[in-house]
Amino acid sequence: MARTLTILQAINEALDQEMARDSSVIVMGEDVVGGSGAEGEMDAWGGPLGVTKGLYGKYGDRMLDTPITESAFIGAAVGAAASGLRPVAELMFSDFVGVCFDQIYNQAAKFRYMFGGRAETPVVVRTMYGAGLRAAAQHSQSPYSIFTHVPGLKCVMPVTPYDAKGLLIQAIRDNDPVIFFEHKGLYETEGEVPEQSYSIPFGEANVVREGNDVSIISLGLMVHRSLEAAETLAGEGIQCEVVDLRTTSPLDEDTVLESAENTGRVVVVDEAPPRCSIATDISALIAQHAFDALEAPISLVTAPHTPVPFAGVLEDQYMPDAARIATAVRSVAGYA
Amino acid sequence: MALTKDELLKAYRLMRTIREFEERVHVEFAAGEIEGFVHLYAGEEACAVGVMLNLTKADRIASTHRGHGHCIAKGVDVPAMMAEIYGRATGSCRGKGGSMHIADLDAGMMGANGIVGGGPPLICGAALAAKVQGTRQVGVAFIGDGASNQGTTFESMNLATVWNLPAIFVAENNGYAEATAADYAIGAGSLADRAEGFGMPAATVDGHDFFAVHEAAGEAIRRARSGDGPSFIECQVNRYYGHYEGDAQTYRPPGEAEAARANHDCLDMFAGRVTKSAGIEREELDDIDRAVAALIDGAVSSAKADPAPAASEFLTDVYVDY
Ligand SMILES: Cc1ncc(C[n+]2csc(CCOP(=O)(O)OP(=O)(O)O)c2C)c(N)n1
Ligand SMILES: [Mg+2]
Repeated sequence: MARTLTILQAINEALDQEMARDSSVIVMGEDVVGGSGAEGEMDAWGGPLGVTKGLYGKYGDRMLDTPITESAFIGAAVGAAASGLRPVAELMFSDFVGVCFDQIYNQAAKFRYMFGGRAETPVVVRTMYGAGLRAAAQHSQSPYSIFTHVPGLKCVMPVTPYDAKGLLIQAIRDNDPVIFFEHKGLYETEGEVPEQSYSIPFGEANVVREGNDVSIISLGLMVHRSLEAAETLAGEGIQCEVVDLRTTSPLDEDTVLESAENTGRVVVVDEAPPRCSIATDISALIAQHAFDALEAPISLVTAPHTPVPFAGVLEDQYMPDAARIATAVRSVAGYA
Repeated sequence: MALTKDELLKAYRLMRTIREFEERVHVEFAAGEIEGFVHLYAGEEACAVGVMLNLTKADRIASTHRGHGHCIAKGVDVPAMMAEIYGRATGSCRGKGGSMHIADLDAGMMGANGIVGGGPPLICGAALAAKVQGTRQVGVAFIGDGASNQGTTFESMNLATVWNLPAIFVAENNGYAEATAADYAIGAGSLADRAEGFGMPAATVDGHDFFAVHEAAGEAIRRARSGDGPSFIECQVNRYYGHYEGDAQTYRPPGEAEAARANHDCLDMFAGRVTKSAGIEREELDDIDRAVAALIDGAVSSAKADPAPAASEFLTDVYVDY
């Protein structure tokens, strides 16, 4: 039976069901329980936003609070994964990856290949990303392209509760390292989620709105803003097809190319800065393989090549919004 | 070294300024006037001020996410700090940084930091620069008990010893890193023992006691200035508010912060001591309290009235201008 859950609840449920099903699943991170060693309540936080709250009561020692020592505990999750466990490690903010990137990109990502296919590293790193909370330059980035660039890592960014649950279950069962990106502006997004366990395969983009005039290829929070723009544009007679990539590695090239071939006009929307980004990658893919179908130059709507500013007036300009997306679509639609 | 009356009054004024600043930010945040993440330093004032009274403007410090106190003690302009927290064009960082990134390099303040453990390597660099340039300046890295477990902190302490740097590591142990107790997260138990393992002298002091901090820091800083290398100081303190504004703090035993405030407050301890034995009258401290309250009031009202950054600021300062 399906109920309405938030993304936050859907992630909690996925962890709960997988921990119940498989005793090799453990969760670790800073304050994923909260209260360790203190005289007050345990499970005081359940993660900084309460995503893992309640799991400590059910799974006790399989919920591990860590010291602030990302290099060691993310690395320990990787090592434990290579030694028979299925750890889900929480890297609180994806911006903090600077402290522990080696364990992810030189270790976890490379074991299978470098060891001749003889190693499995089924680790999940759950991590918050995205701007919009006035959290400033070191707590607001969307660095998924950095991870997507690394062969061996899988990158997932759900935008609905249904996808959050199914993709996280897939991530936990997957035998490769998976970086699971959670947009901090989407945790309260609601949607229908089946009670039973299910998984969503990686590498399958979702066409979240169909249309024949312009394709909007998007990911993360930007999918919602693209849908908002599409709604406005429909009123103007422009029918947009909105594609949610869902995973950037593996990337569903076929769905992207089919959409581009169908409409011949493409806008790519990405919250991250534009150099060496998912947006440029998608547009290169389309330029290479769907060139003949194009009827207008590909348009990119992205953040600028700047850090994320603090002040509200600046941060609001930083993030692409529905109005900017709509402007780009209009100009692509009108290109002759 | 005995402190002069002027120095004592300055210490009191700085501690009171920090307290008043934080109490006011707490109120303004609760009223919805301030956005983003804010971590308050109330309760820990004697650490910042005890250390900073031993420093010159040219000495450098690196701060943490809980940085307002370090900024004020190091001489960052208070109205500009408040304006920064409000995201104004007049802020220390022109509204681009916010509470977690207040910096003023001219005041020797290398920034609050959003990355736990971000500061210690930077202070090795500041200390190295001082050493190479022969300035006799020092660098002080403030860290929390939580940051004391970060790899960057360990690596920096080792490097400081290897290069014999004029660096001081000041750990403000307030018992918690977010909701995790220091007792749980610090394997060695004692921060000072662990620092000694890196080959530097280490002291543990009551961080509510301005005089204890001032003396321990004075010794460490003299050692650094005379070329005798790094030191470590653990200041044991209490955090009066939550980890961040909005933290329900159910991991703490009820009344913990209130008890500390009632029985072991750095300002009360300081006032008690100087009015008893340093020839300072309570009225002199009251005058300071009034002046500080006016300063903070003024800072808040000007911050509220100040303009937001201009839209044209949006793309500036990513790189040097030519
Ligand atoms: C690298 C990194 N990891 C985690 C965090 C999240 N975080 C911010 S403050 C904090 C606790 C810091 O504790 P402590 O060093 O004791 O300083 P305190 O907050 O007590 O002053 C944590 C975990 C971060 N900002 N950076
Ligand atoms: Mg602490």
